[in-house]
Amino acid sequence: MIKKMQSLVCRECGKEYPTQDIHVCELCFGPLEVKYDYAAIKQVMTREKIASGPHSLWRYVDLLPVEGTHFIGLHAGFTPLVHAKNLGAFLGLDNLYIKNDCVNHPTLSFKDRVVAIALTRARELGFETVACASTGNLANSVSAHAASAGMKCYVFIPGDLEAAKVLGNLIYRPNVVEIEGNYDDVNRLCSEIAGERHWAFVNINIRPYYAEGSKTLAFETAEQLGWRAPDQVVVPMASGSLLTKIWKGFKEFEKLGILDSVNTKINGAQAEGCSPIATAFREGRDFFKPVKPHTIAKSLAIGNPADGYYALKTAAESQGAMDAVTDDEIVESIKLLAQTEGIFAETAGGVTIGVLRKLVKQGRIQKSDVTVAYITGNGLKTQEAVVDSVGRPFRIPPSLSHFIKTFAIEESA
Amino acid sequence: MAKLRFHIRYPEEKIPSPILYEIGKEYQVVPSIRRADVRETTGWMDVEFTGEADEIDRAVQGLRQKGCMVDPIELNVVE
Ligand SMILES: Cc1ncc(COP(=O)(O)O)c(C=O)c1O
Ligand SMILES: [Zn+2]
Repeated sequence: MIKKMQSLVCRECGKEYPTQDIHVCELCFGPLEVKYDYAAIKQVMTREKIASGPHSLWRYVDLLPVEGTHFIGLHAGFTPLVHAKNLGAFLGLDNLYIKNDCVNHPTLSFKDRVVAIALTRARELGFETVACASTGNLANSVSAHAASAGMKCYVFIPGDLEAAKVLGNLIYRPNVVEIEGNYDDVNRLCSEIAGERHWAFVNINIRPYYAEGSKTLAFETAEQLGWRAPDQVVVPMASGSLLTKIWKGFKEFEKLGILDSVNTKINGAQAEGCSPIATAFREGRDFFKPVKPHTIAKSLAIGNPADGYYALKTAAESQGAMDAVTDDEIVESIKLLAQTEGIFAETAGGVTIGVLRKLVKQGRIQKSDVTVAYITGNGLKTQEAVVDSVGRPFRIPPSLSHFIKTFAIEESA
Repeated sequence: MAKLRFHIRYPEEKIPSPILYEIGKEYQVVPSIRRADVRETTGWMDVEFTGEADEIDRAVQGLRQKGCMVDPIELNVVE
């Protein structure tokens, strides 16, 4: 295998570091990012080679930050890209696609992508213990992958999580640490533990590698569209990392000549109850103001997003837009997606579809645009959000006449 | 000795005051600023404190009492 990673490089001052478990520039405290040798990668990475690879995100290994071939998370990625004709007709779009990461393996959210990369890299760097601080999808994915890889695992969660999210960790038997106190206290303690322990905290000291996993959503989209970049994408934002990496993924394919050209507008979606990035965009600012989250879209409830600044830059660079939707619009959009396309998304998916509708209404997304909406998590994980608005089953006694009466069906002769 | 890194935001009315200087005098910590952006209505700085861990904790509480918001350098890590 080629040596594709050259260094970690500071996104602010450009200082370079070895490809170890560091994430912050010693000099300016800016975030670090993987620097690749694109000339070397171009020699080996072609459409044909990708197409003959495994049916998982590992078919893009030449652009992923791992050195060996001993992968963790063998089945993550390569989820369906659905031509959403019914939803498209409803919205007046001829070329709407849903990238369906509801069915990602093994824990039904796009986090399986970033965690597969993070744990593979963590093991390459010699770690035996992995950890994360999370309120949901990330913890589930780290717990499951650690179990399958036989690695020790610590998961730090706030003390007030829903039972289902706690269970979604406990079943894999990691060490689950519930921390008392408000979000800020939990957040600060987790950062301090990460500094103290020599563990692979996937979204802290392994973050430069972890975040790269999100690029595979762009790679797959381009390949599944027949080697072209879409005109528009709509991406849900929490930290904002996913959005920046989807842009990076398309641009890398362009740089390598795998795509002829990329003119994709990268649009960002948040919930009104936690919309620091979308609000900054709407107010024309290049910086965001942190907020206290209050929304049913808990997987996106990050009030002080680490990549918010870079997400704003990405929208500006790609000429995309950002917007936010209310909790009611989120629920309505979850139902719309389910009832038109048969896809049951979690609240983050409701945010994506809700903002897609808004962008169409605003005329930012046009009828003929090839548009991809990223549905990143599964509805079975956030049932509380919709349980009161989906009605009840018809309840009847066990008699044919009751059934016929209930549905007012003409009795057959 | 511990070294801890923070992202500190301060409210508009605090922008002209020498907050870090005061903290350095009130607590046994040495602050080192690495990056900052101060505008008319908003300001932040990325700072490293060197000192005993408990004393850094107290300094952070002190900053909060002065109206600053103090987060880890990574901002939100619970996600
Ligand atoms: C289902 C789902 N979608 C989207 C996101 C957004 O990811 P990012 O933090 O990279 O913006 C998350 C993050 O937790 C998530 O759980
Ligand atoms: Zn730097």
